[in-house]
Order: sequence, then structure tokens, then C-alpha cells
Amino acid sequence: MVEFALPKNSKLTKGKEFPAPENATNLKRVEVYRWNPDTGENPRIDIFQIDLDNCGPMVLDAVLKIKNEIDTTLAFRRSCREGVCGSCAMNVNGKNTLVCTKAIEDYEGTIKIFPLPHLDVIKDLVADMTNFFAQYASIKPWIETQTPPPADSERLQSKEERKKLDGLYECVLCACCSTSCPSYWWNSDKYLGPATLLQASRWLEDSRDENTGERLDELEDPYKLYRCHTIMSCTDTCPKGLNPAKAIADIKKMLAIRQQG
Amino acid sequence: MDYQTPLAKVKGLGAAKAGTGHFWMQRITAITLIPLSLWMVAFTEQLLNASHQDMIAWLSGPMDTILALVWIIAAFYHAALGLQVVIEDYVHAEWIKISSIWLMKLTFLFFAIAAIVAILRISMIG
Repeated sequence: MVEFALPKNSKLTKGKEFPAPENATNLKRVEVYRWNPDTGENPRIDIFQIDLDNCGPMVLDAVLKIKNEIDTTLAFRRSCREGVCGSCAMNVNGKNTLVCTKAIEDYEGTIKIFPLPHLDVIKDLVADMTNFFAQYASIKPWIETQTPPPADSERLQSKEERKKLDGLYECVLCACCSTSCPSYWWNSDKYLGPATLLQASRWLEDSRDENTGERLDELEDPYKLYRCHTIMSCTDTCPKGLNPAKAIADIKKMLAIRQQG
Repeated sequence: MDYQTPLAKVKGLGAAKAGTGHFWMQRITAITLIPLSLWMVAFTEQLLNASHQDMIAWLSGPMDTILALVWIIAAFYHAALGLQVVIEDYVHAEWIKISSIWLMKLTFLFFAIAAIVAILRISMIG
């Protein structure tokens, strides 16, 4: 039935408050969601005071500073520190973003860092991406062809054909968009979500792919695709500046043309 | 215990190969309802100060009868499609979801037919 009650471990408690470093004058208050599955306790909000005169410019720098200098038990994902790997997606002051590409100075006052919304939390800022990546795998994100490639060259594409992939191929699968989508929150077991649908669009638009019809068949479903209600949170939050809402609309348009045309 | 792989869970029973018709008709009825509802508001506004005789006379006119019938069909159809989405969004137990969608659709069908019969009776019998 409709779920009104919050799941276990949803209620936040007040956590530790770490003192400001001595002699620091340029302080930034950072609140971080903490949850340890081993203790069975409810999640808590720890408060840190970051010395900005002794910290890198990005939110990830502040998180790393906490891990390296204040509390080594903090768990989070990060890798490339330049917005390419998609690992460090977190919810900062209510909006999902890649913390490595977001500057501390973009936030006035306290910075509040939470894991991506509505995913199971593994520990602290580490969310369970199992379902998300299984959804990505389900759309077969690779080229599918029947015609063998030319004997002496790769499969060719015109500049115009290649241009259709712009705005789609740049996605780093950070899950900021999908986990900002209310429709994905309620139905992520069935709805593929904006990230996976943008990737599906990337293969539907690829002039070299020969399985467009079969791909559309697999998407034509009241839940997999049509749970998108054009809320546009995906486009609003995408840290790469992409437009998943438009990619989804393009898929719906393809299906409408296939049926009505 | 559950050893099913995440991919098997995501694929589930496969795509229903449906939804485009629903999506399309929701938009078609929405666009249709824009001019029809303007007419309906204007018509209702006149009815507020009209006598019973005048109302019967207006609704018996062929154009007003047709517009009223089309408005009722489009409005009930559009409302049923929209409510179906709301139920699908928020109700997760399959049997409650399926039965409430059909209960809602049949209820709307009943009221749509009732409204159509009422208008036809006014139009033909007066």
C-alpha cells in the first residue's frame, strides 16, 4: 500500500561537534551526515569547522580535509577530482552535485553534506548504487549491429551524425539526476530513471547502431520510461550541465512517431 | 534469502510494450479540453442566470449538445488517464493497484455514461 511511515534509521540525531582549529580566522561550518551500519544507531549530523585558509577551493577538498585531519572514520567515494569519474556525487545544501566541481565559496553560511537521496546508505556518504548500475546494464549500453564493420576501416559517422551524441555522451553516471527525481524515489524498482534513459537515448541516437527498434521495444513500458512526469529536477541538478529531461522527451517522441506515424 | 541478480530484478517481467497510447491520449485530450473548457465555462456562466426553459433550449441546440458531449467524453477520459498515473505512482501493492485502477476507471465510465444519457434526454426529449 502507500507508504506513509519512514523506514528504519531515517531519523537524524545530533552528532559530535569538532572544535575549530586554533588561530584559524577564516572558518566554514560544515555539517556531515554520518551513519555506521555496525552500531545500529540512527544517523547523526557531525559538525566540523574548516579553516578555509588551509584548505583547497572545492567542497571535496573540505571533505578530504575532514577525513585526513579531523575524523578518519568518515566514508565517502571520490577518485578523479575533476568531474569525470562520477564517484563523489553527494547532496550539498539540498541539491545533488559532484563535490569535486563545486566550489566552497558558492555556498553562503553552513555547508550541509548528505549522501544521494533515496538510495540505501552503506556508510556515511556512500550510497548503494547496485540497482542504479543494474538499470544501466539493462539498456545494453553498447553498439548492436548486424552488418559487419567495413573490412578496412571503422564504422563511419558524418559530422552531423556525430553531433547528435553531443549532450548525451558526456554523462558520467554519477546518479545526481536519478536520485533527484521524485518519480525515481517512489518507483526506482521499475522506473529506469533519467541517467539510464539519457544513456538509452545516447544509443538510440547513434547512427551506427542497428537495434533502434528493439531498444524502443524494451523501453516502451508504463514504468521503465513513462514514470517520467517531466518534473525536470534531473536537468536542474545535473553537475555536467546535461539535459536528461530532453533526452527522455526525445525517446517519447520516437515512440509516438513510431506508433502514430 | 534472495539470490536473484540485480539485473534480473531490474529486467523483471520485461517491458509491457504499452504506455505510448496512454501518454499520447493524455496530451490529445488535454489540448482538446482547452477550447472545450473555455466554451463550457462560458456556457455555465450563462446558465447561472438563465431560466430552466432557456437552459433546456440551449442544450437542445445541436452545436451545444455536441460540444457538451465531447467535453464530457474528453474530460472523463483525461481524468481517468491522470488518476491512473497517480495510483501507479503511489500505490505499490500490485493487487490493490490493479483493482483500484479498474474501480476508478469503471466509476468514471459509469458517471460519463450517466452524463451523456442526461444530455441526450434533454436534447431529444426536452
